[in-house]
Amino acid sequence: MTRKQAWDEGLAGRLIEAHEGADGALLPILHALHDAFGYIDRAAIAPIAAALNISKADVHGVVSFYHDFRDAPAQGPVLKLCRAESCQAMGCEDLVEHLRDAHGLTPDRGDGGGLSVETVYCLGNCALSPAALLDGAPIGRLTAAKLDALVRQAREAAP
Amino acid sequence: MKAKVYVPGDSAALSVGADRVAAAIAKEAARRGLDVTILRNGSRGLFWLEPLVEIEGAAGRLAYGPIEEEDVASLFDAHFLSGRAHPKALGRIEDHPYLKRQQRLLFARCGVTDPLSIDDYRRHGGLKGLERALAIGPAAIVEEVAASGLRGRGGAGFPAGIKWRTVAATAAAQKYVVCNADEGDSGTFADRMIMEGDPFALIEGMAIAAIAVGATKGFIYIRSEYPHAFAKFNEALAVARKAGLLGRSVLGSPHAFDIETRLGAGAYICGEETSLLESLEGKRGEVRAKPPVPAISGLFGKPTAMNNVLTFASTPWILAHGGKAYADYGMGRSRGTQPFQLAGNVRHGGLVELAFGAAIRTLVEDFGGGTRSGRPIRAVQVGGPLGAYFPTSLLDTPLDYEAMLQAKGMLGHGGIVVFDDSVNLARQARFAFEFCAKESCGKCTPCRIGSTRGFETIDKIVAGKNAEANIALVRDLCTVMTDASLCALGGLTPLPVLSALDHFAEDFAPRPNRIAAE
Repeated sequence: MTRKQAWDEGLAGRLIEAHEGADGALLPILHALHDAFGYIDRAAIAPIAAALNISKADVHGVVSFYHDFRDAPAQGPVLKLCRAESCQAMGCEDLVEHLRDAHGLTPDRGDGGGLSVETVYCLGNCALSPAALLDGAPIGRLTAAKLDALVRQAREAAP
Repeated sequence: MKAKVYVPGDSAALSVGADRVAAAIAKEAARRGLDVTILRNGSRGLFWLEPLVEIEGAAGRLAYGPIEEEDVASLFDAHFLSGRAHPKALGRIEDHPYLKRQQRLLFARCGVTDPLSIDDYRRHGGLKGLERALAIGPAAIVEEVAASGLRGRGGAGFPAGIKWRTVAATAAAQKYVVCNADEGDSGTFADRMIMEGDPFALIEGMAIAAIAVGATKGFIYIRSEYPHAFAKFNEALAVARKAGLLGRSVLGSPHAFDIETRLGAGAYICGEETSLLESLEGKRGEVRAKPPVPAISGLFGKPTAMNNVLTFASTPWILAHGGKAYADYGMGRSRGTQPFQLAGNVRHGGLVELAFGAAIRTLVEDFGGGTRSGRPIRAVQVGGPLGAYFPTSLLDTPLDYEAMLQAKGMLGHGGIVVFDDSVNLARQARFAFEFCAKESCGKCTPCRIGSTRGFETIDKIVAGKNAEANIALVRDLCTVMTDASLCALGGLTPLPVLSALDHFAEDFAPRPNRIAAE
């Protein structure tokens, strides 16, 4: 996985400045910050609001609306597990149960101990369901055995 | 001897190891001292065969699949040395029955060409549509698109020609072209395949729209779940600018047009057009009340020609061959072809482009080959999470906009998800409400509150609490959501719910009774 950098006010300021001139700049700014730090730090709200001349409440409202933006860094790699209909038809909910029973992992809880599992609805890989995305790398025809390997690798790499 | 080997760079192919196969091919070629060029094409859409490796030779492109790293050495032996068939040889890919039975207009190039080569694009008929558009001018472009009968492929099915005519007729200092690439419906991947496999078709289509309506700036909103499509499309834009397809002078004409990409942030609702516009403007993705329609007051309040990826990408063919030629395909008021996407529990999942009017059964049985699990098909959901579940008795329903409506379903974006007999439709109906509750933007009450009341009531039904009265309550709730929601999320969530109740009532029987009955 790409290591995210710790919160840095100076870098955040430069990223905001780099995107503030774009049409509809708020989402591009939030993505830039999220890419750099892996989450949106609360301290970013005020400078974004100032740069775009909108209220802090407006910025917070947008950050909290979208599922992608975390409010704290993820622990370890992020596994986005598709739980939409096509993957349901191929047993993704059995995989969710397996994660819980075999590894004590519940999606969207942030208690992964080395791997963060998040629910997504559709990755556009529906002919090869169940599908997932591990730190941006696509995985098709996911199985319990493949999941076991992913969890093991992530936990071994965890500090 | 120089050999050309194709290994798809499509993210579905990557998900089953295409990058590892490409690396193994490069290594094996080096080891044998063979001069091999590896090209990363898009996918042909025969996903059960991915990674599908093709080797170009005198007899055409010979395909092998699904290829794993371990197969590479034997593949080289068979193809380059012995000439004997490899166990995974598929012959000339164009002759494959899955492809041969299709009518590929929009997907003619996908998987064939190098997605980032403008020369390859031209060699395969690219840019002819845009050249003709520049020659005939805005009014004639709109008429050609209207004559084709092309309807919005995002799901709503609104005639593209009428939309473009409205934008063209609305006077404004600035107009926009916006492409909706927030392909969030489960069971769909055609937009992604075009962005990764034939991105210039989309760029060309957006440029045609811009000239038709008088827009100089375009945006494409790509969902964040598609990181590879986002990256590939950005690369394609850079190539297109260099080639003069975008910029101050589109192909040397007086028309200026350029496209900016924007990344979504994981909100299904942003596939709804007004919500997408809010998101593009940097706001919460809350839907807007219509009217005004985006064609009159869209992005930043300006007239906006807004369509789905497939709609835009269909227009180069229409301009190149004429609206009439396109309208010759299809049935009733559904003209042209539709890229159907076959997914879920299906043996041969993939992209099947056919003229409108094919039966659901043709797709799931003839192309799909039944379920992947080998068990009987029990339900087929057409049109994404807001589409109906069809029982096997209705599989002869033709796939066109009106016939689907008549069958109390919808075609949507053309996704077809197959379920075997292990599916429980009460659970699927519950999920439809739950998904609506999770993804509701919260602006209107029927959707925001109704969805939660909906799954709570289904829980009561399957627990056997006052089942009959609660089923009536769910049906009543569905009427309210259909009639009073602001957009399609709340308005169409009743489709999967009601289809489950209508066709699979036995799944809603209270659990204790059902156990007794078994």
